[in-house]
Parts: sequence; structure tokens; C-alpha cells
Amino acid sequence: MDIKNFKSGEELYNEKLKRVHDCIELKVPDRVPIIPVMQGFIPFYGGITLEEALNDYDKAEGAFDKFYEDFEPDLAWDPVLMYPVNAFKTWDLKWMRWPGHKGLGPNTMYQFLENENMTEDEYDELIFDPTSFIASKWIPRSFGNLGGFQHLEKLRDSLWLGFFNSFFPFSTKEMQQTFDSLIKGAEQMSAWYDFLARYSDKLKQKGFPVAWGAFAFAPFDMLGDTLRGTTEILFDLKDRPEKVLAAVDKLTPIAIESAIRGAAGTGRKFVWIWLHKGIDEFMSDADYKTFYWPSLKKLINGLIDAGLTPMLYGEGKLNSRLEIMRDVPKGKVVYHFEYVDMQRAKEVLGDVACISGNVPNSILHFGTVDEVKDYCKYLIDNCAKDGGFMMDTGGLLDDAKPENVKAMFDFTREYGRYL
Amino acid sequence: MTILNEISEELQMGNAKNVKELVQQAIDEGIPAKDILEQGLLNGMGVIGGKFRNNEVFVPEVLVAARAMNMGMQILKPLLADADVKAKGKVVLGTVKGDLHDIGKNLVKMMMEGKGLEVIDIGIDAAPEKFIEVAKAEGCKVIACSALLTTTLGVMQEVVEASKVAGIRDEVSIMVGGAPVTQAFCDKIGADIYTEDAASAAEKAAACYKV
Repeated sequence: MDIKNFKSGEELYNEKLKRVHDCIELKVPDRVPIIPVMQGFIPFYGGITLEEALNDYDKAEGAFDKFYEDFEPDLAWDPVLMYPVNAFKTWDLKWMRWPGHKGLGPNTMYQFLENENMTEDEYDELIFDPTSFIASKWIPRSFGNLGGFQHLEKLRDSLWLGFFNSFFPFSTKEMQQTFDSLIKGAEQMSAWYDFLARYSDKLKQKGFPVAWGAFAFAPFDMLGDTLRGTTEILFDLKDRPEKVLAAVDKLTPIAIESAIRGAAGTGRKFVWIWLHKGIDEFMSDADYKTFYWPSLKKLINGLIDAGLTPMLYGEGKLNSRLEIMRDVPKGKVVYHFEYVDMQRAKEVLGDVACISGNVPNSILHFGTVDEVKDYCKYLIDNCAKDGGFMMDTGGLLDDAKPENVKAMFDFTREYGRYL
Repeated sequence: MTILNEISEELQMGNAKNVKELVQQAIDEGIPAKDILEQGLLNGMGVIGGKFRNNEVFVPEVLVAARAMNMGMQILKPLLADADVKAKGKVVLGTVKGDLHDIGKNLVKMMMEGKGLEVIDIGIDAAPEKFIEVAKAEGCKVIACSALLTTTLGVMQEVVEASKVAGIRDEVSIMVGGAPVTQAFCDKIGADIYTEDAASAAEKAAACYKV
């Protein structure tokens, strides 16, 4: 246990951040950092429902306080993963369900639905003008109450006297209703941002570095997750591969710009890239090298060039991709893995990147304390020699036995010490 | 190469149009629908399933093969009905209540159909009673439950319990699958079958129908 009572918040903050930075830079830290990404676990541990955590910021704050008081991780998540669902509701977000919304129970975790928000014959339109496509097609398809956006495509016609046409839609009732909804939701969103900012400050004062500076997505995932859908994009690899490549190419600078802008907004440097569609089962290595990795590599390098640290969060199996993932600058990125052979991951990637993750959520959920300790021991023995490994759960953690989570922390603090 | 081999090969390559044409040609040549199904379409899907399990092909290849099979089946289905050729067995398949993920479930469905099973897909967010009700009404020997979230895993146990209450526990095999599911979890909740991948799930389900 860290002797927090004898250290100031600032000292603790610097100590934790140094531990994480040392690990990322492949230097030997004082001990293995513990950086789990907690999702529903914090409300569950704090004795409130997920629905309450998403809707009542005072209750959420109490739960978060309790978690940080009891567990003291090395990187801390403010409540950013407790999304602003009241704004989503105002806008009628179509591709997400959350606790207490449209039939989901108060303790069922929020979920993303994959809608085909771009049809197979709209690739050219996206490639021609992605901003216009996102504004005039993706937004109204994603948000039931923002239908007016569909008229924004005309804004492209505004040059010179074109504005006679392009501004006309703003006079319509539909557009005005859209703006009413947009403003109301944006105000709700703003209250949520205030909560995050306040809580981030609180974390810092208590000595916790905030884990995230921005979120980013692999360009292939931007296309697959939000525009086409998994099944559709995997069909596209066979049916229209050249369109997929062109679209991914077009989305790459957008991904880089968006992440850099996000990090500038928070003033924090860890950019979490949630990896989805490049898993082992979803495509061959040849396809991964063609469709997925080149644009992801550009994103990684773009962020590093901007002085940011990409934290690549691999969800699913990535065993066959490890060799390809070696191709990054040394000591600049973190690779988190959910299901991979971690011993092999260390062998393949250990000299170029810090790795993390892999404590199975299933063991934390229904295993025993001894099973958790055994698993953490396996990870430290095989991945943490001379640094380069951070302890983390396999996936974002929802419900798990508190004693199991405690065991992961306590065991790592003891057994993961280098000095 | 016989036409049935050709159907199998074209299916494996995902050439839906060719499969459709070849199935029609085979019918015109008087080959029994059952043979076209088993030695052509299902043979091809069997090869794809094996390769998928061995990491030789991946989801895109499975998707286009399944699409080709469906194109063939569109023509073949009425003839199979006329000849009274029945599916090898019936499976009720769904993602459990509270869980809205269907990619894994849909893949399992394709693989099971590729094994000649009839799959009654009750979709996502399916209540335990729905699994039981459909299994009873349709005479399914296999109940297959999918979940991706730890917050919905518990519903799988409810399906097992519901089958006991309904008095059909001994008549059905309950399969569980999805990212957080393990063999230990399967044993713990008293389900019967867990597999790591969709192709193995289809094989185990088909095995439930072997005498």
C-alpha cells in the first residue's frame, strides 16, 4: 500500500506519473504500475446503479471518491466513461442504449448498436467531401432530433452569391427544432463537462494523474464502427476493397486532427485508441496489412509527432498482429491487450513498446482471489522483467467481485516491486 | 470435376452468382436436391468452417461463402420441401436479455446452417422464457445463448433454470458462448456446451443430433 498519508497530493501525483512514464519509455520503474480502465465497476462498488451513475452526478462523485480512496490506481479515470446520456436522449441518439433507456435495466451496461449509417453506394460521397457527409448524412441518421442537418450539404454551395440557396434551410421549422434540440443537449453536455473538469482537478489534488487526454479511433474502425457496421465493412473488403482503402485514406488525417484537438482541449497527453475491427478473426494478416495497419500507423506517428502518447487499447484477440505492431517508434506507445498470449507479446514487442492488460474480466467476475493472484503473478513473471508492463484488466471492467479487484491491486503492489 | 464439387468450390470462393447458376444447372441435370445440398453447398461450408477454425480463412471469407450458400438455397429450398428433406436438427439461437450484440451470434448461425441445421434466430435481448418457449414449440434439442457483457452473463443461468422449470432440461443441450464466457463459467451455471469459436459451436450442435 502506498503510504499516502505521508505524501502530499503533488508528490503522489508526480510519483505515479513518473512510474507510468518510466514504464512507457521502457525504463525500470519503482514498481509495476496499475492502470485498469474501470467502467461499471466504480458505480457497482460504490453501491449505486449504473443508471444512477449516469444521471446523478452527486451520486456518481460519491462512488468515484470511494473507489479512488480504496484502490489508488496509478492512472485514474474521471467519470468520462459515464457518458452524458441526458444529452444523448435530448438528441435521440440512435446507436446507443444505456441503463434505464429503451428497455435496458438499471444495471445493464450501455451498449453501442451498429447501424448502417452509410450505405454501400455512398462511398464516393464520403470520399468526395467527408465533412459534408458526416454533417448532412451521418448526424441526422445518428440523432433522431437533429434531422435538420440533412440540409447542411448545401453549405458547400455558399461561395459568392450561393448563400441565397444555402442559407434557406435555416428558415424551416425542422431546422429550428433541430437547433432547439442541439442547444438543449449542448447545455446538458456542458454541465457534464463541468463535472468532468471539476472531478479531474479533484483527482489531481488527491495525487492521481488522469488517465486520458483524448480518445481516437483507427481510421478503419471509424469507417467500420460508425459508418458501415462490422458485417458490412467485412463484406466490403471482398466486394469493394478499393473504396474501403480510399475512404480509410480520407479519414486518416481527420482521425489525427481530432485526437490532437481533443488532447489540446484537456491539456493531457495520453490518447486512447480503442481498437476494434482488426482482431484475429475479422481479417487475414494480408488484409490487416493492407486495410488496417497503414492508416493506424499514420495515426500513431501523427500523435507521437504532436508530442502525445498513443495508448492502444486492443479489444479481442490480436495474437497474429503482434509482429506487425512492432513497427512503431521505441518507447512511445502502450499496447493494451485483452486476449493475447502475453508471454509472446512480451517477446515480440518488449523491446519497442510497453504492454498492459490481459487480467481476464471473467476471473475478476467469477473467479477466486487465488486465481486472480496466480494470473497477476504469471503476468509479472513473464512480462514485467526490467519494466515495460502495466497491470490492467483485459477489458473495461463492469461487475466483478471487489475482493478480486482488491487482490489484483494488492498483489501487484507487493509482488510487482522492483526496488 | 463433378458439378457438385464445382458448387462446393465456388461456394468456398464466395462466388454467389456462380453457385446459383450451378445449382440451377444441377437441378436441370436431374441431380436430387438432397445431394446438391449435402455434397455441394454443405460440403463447401464444411470446408470453410474447418478453415475458419484453423485460422486459414477469416470472417470476410465466411460471410461471402454463407452468402453464396443462401443464393443456392433460394433455388433449392422448394425442391427440398417437395422431396421432404428435413434439416438435420433445429437450434434456437439468441443473444440473452439485456445484451444487444449480435455479430458473434450471427456468425454462429451461419456456421450452424452450414452444418445443415435449421436455426431459429430469436435475435438480441431475448428473455429466458423465449428460448424455452421456442425450443418447446419447435422441438429444438439445442438452445444456444450468446452474451458479450459480464452484466448479462447471469441471464444464461436463468435460461438453464427456466429449462428445469419447464421440465425440458433433460431433453435439451444448452450451449453458451461469447467473449467473457469460459468453460469454467459453463460448468458453474450447469450449461452443457461451451466452445471458443463459431465453427466448433456448429460442430457440437450438429453432434447433438447424431444418434
